[in-house]
Amino acid sequence: MPAPRPIALVNARLVDPASGYDGPGSVLAASGVISDVLQKPAIEGLSPEIETVDCGGAMLAPGLVDIRVKTGEPGAETKETLKSAARAAAAGGVTSIVVQPDTEPAVDEPSVVDFILRRARDIGLSKVYPAGAATKGLAGQEMAEIGLMREAGCLYVTDVDRPITNSQVMRRAMTYAHGFGVPFAHRPADPSLSELTAAHESEFAARMGLVAGPAIGERIMLERDLALAELTGATLIVDQLSTGDALESLERAKAKGLNVRATVSINHLSFNEIDIGDYRTFYKLSPPLRGEDDRQALVEALAGGLIDVVVSAHAPAPAEDKRLPFDEAAPGAVGLETLLPALLGLHHERRAPLIDLMAAVTLKPARLLGLDAGALAKGAPADLVVCDIGAPVKVDADRLISKSKNSPFDGRSLQGKVMLTLVDGRIVHDARV
Amino acid sequence: MATIALGVDDVRARTFPFPARHFTSAADLDRDALAALLDLADGFVALNREKAKKLDLLKGRTLMNLFFENSTRTQSSFELAGKRLGADVVNMSPRASSMSKGETLIDTAVTLNAMRPDLLVVRHSASGAASLLAQKVSCSVINAGDGQHEHPTQALLDALSMRRAFGRVEGLTVAICGDVLHSRVARSNVLTLQLLGARVRLVGPATLMPVGADRWGAEVFHDLRRGVADADVVMMLRLQLERMTGSLVPSTREYFRFFGLDREKLARAKPTVKVMHPGPMNRGVEIDSDVADDVAISLIQDQVEMGVAVRMAVLTSLAARLDND
Repeated sequence: MPAPRPIALVNARLVDPASGYDGPGSVLAASGVISDVLQKPAIEGLSPEIETVDCGGAMLAPGLVDIRVKTGEPGAETKETLKSAARAAAAGGVTSIVVQPDTEPAVDEPSVVDFILRRARDIGLSKVYPAGAATKGLAGQEMAEIGLMREAGCLYVTDVDRPITNSQVMRRAMTYAHGFGVPFAHRPADPSLSELTAAHESEFAARMGLVAGPAIGERIMLERDLALAELTGATLIVDQLSTGDALESLERAKAKGLNVRATVSINHLSFNEIDIGDYRTFYKLSPPLRGEDDRQALVEALAGGLIDVVVSAHAPAPAEDKRLPFDEAAPGAVGLETLLPALLGLHHERRAPLIDLMAAVTLKPARLLGLDAGALAKGAPADLVVCDIGAPVKVDADRLISKSKNSPFDGRSLQGKVMLTLVDGRIVHDARV
Repeated sequence: MATIALGVDDVRARTFPFPARHFTSAADLDRDALAALLDLADGFVALNREKAKKLDLLKGRTLMNLFFENSTRTQSSFELAGKRLGADVVNMSPRASSMSKGETLIDTAVTLNAMRPDLLVVRHSASGAASLLAQKVSCSVINAGDGQHEHPTQALLDALSMRRAFGRVEGLTVAICGDVLHSRVARSNVLTLQLLGARVRLVGPATLMPVGADRWGAEVFHDLRRGVADADVVMMLRLQLERMTGSLVPSTREYFRFFGLDREKLARAKPTVKVMHPGPMNRGVEIDSDVADDVAISLIQDQVEMGVAVRMAVLTSLAARLDND
């Protein structure tokens, strides 16, 4: 691809968690990198060669880094391909995604890592990075080739939605990954309590007659994981906390100085169990939507910095997997295109400063995984998003770019329109009219 | 190092009573005794290179090899050592699997003790088995490998091989690489080499490194490239096949990629580097044949030769102690 034309993004509200700056400014990008960041709305003496974009006061921030994205490639391309996911990401202002290894075949050896990276290079949209499986076939028994996958370019290891129940396997895999400097992500769920359940155990689920799992299953597994993180010294990424109860465990572990970071999905910040309403399967998630107390606790934990990263938990499921009785429907929701406007909702509700919310989807995930992203800094890749944070958007699932349309935000009104997304200085999404 | 022709008289002159009744751990030797033992072994190396190797230093003594675990190499090394010294050698290989451990081990010991051997060489799969036997018999017990604990004569032969190759052990940087967790060779070597003043490094994947290894006085590395950088000696350890299939190490190919010794990784060591391996080797797993078979850098064959000599030294010295008792 030829180098993109230099571009000047002027008259913007810069939001840069790395420097802590939230104010008027401009960014100049050339040769794929940020060549200048100015804390004033205009840039004087620009050559006519340079494409100038007047942001009209819209937010200009580092492109989002979403570390938990599922596609269907390889193996289930009807759900989502790497390309359709990268297009959806670009439309959502997400410039880097980390795809999950629970594909067919699983990403548990270096040639599959290599396959994904090669495909990602050819796509040339948002950047796609693979996470590797922690165990072979995500079966929770034998360690996957963590070292070789790391060398091939995987960013962290995880068995995704399948908790590793055998503590010896978990301990060794964490120890081994730590020896290679590879972060280890794990879903805190005790499968003996959550297997075959479809909802959060509560009075609501009971009245609905849903098979439900108790919130405590999350804390039980989290406590074990944190203890193993302490024993092994490994970097633990707590994947998608959903209960208020577990936050206490997390807080203790962080106070102890353990290498632990926690994520929460945008869905668990936005909805609660009542949204399931009349058995709407688009709200069937894993972990399940919890009570309103839990949601409130998660929002507070995010605002207070206890939770580090917000993820879309993008999980495409085609209609045939969702149009089923609630207990039988596939869990998960697409989220790449709604992550940013949904997160901005917390800003509009004055739950957290904009810059802190943005940190959770830019700087913090980038630092956690060692990506050169998430900052408006000279010399950094020009991965940028311009978003009119006040503009209303009505989500229409049918108009989503994702191949699967299972959005729980369908029909909802959000605020925050992604106007422009740049990856390496190149415009990959343009919603200006 | 110039080889001085040593005779039987020199060997007799160098013989000294072993500082302990038994030799179950490398820690049984202090620095002086260790050096003296290596000097004595040097004498045996010279004698072993003569045509007529048979001596009578252990004439009338009975050496019993009691190997609960198979080991062709170590057992024949002890057997040869005993025979060359003129001892009567008996090999026993009770099948460990048919025995319930502990109780029967002591039963066996008591039975054997009644046959009045002088020197009992023991190999057993359980850590501490040699010490347990030593408490129950009246002869001298030599630990030829107990579980994951120690293999002190291996450490001696390694030290002798290094001393002969470099003229000294003091100041050498020795990288012990691979499955340290399960290795009795590593544990004995750490003790012996540190006593002789070497700088010891332990290199291996985090899953194969014992808890607290960083407090053994050795530097711990999880990256072979960095672990062998500027090393004088690279000692590779054997990785048991059953440990390569996912529980501790993902696969053979991953192990070789990161922890197998090949030319490229070895190039980071000193140009004068020597490579060692206690054997038997897993070629293509922990060591590339290309490296293992290069006589210019490999001490692996020397190690086998030194094995007989140090065992002769240990047997002679322990017998001298029995003479005094």
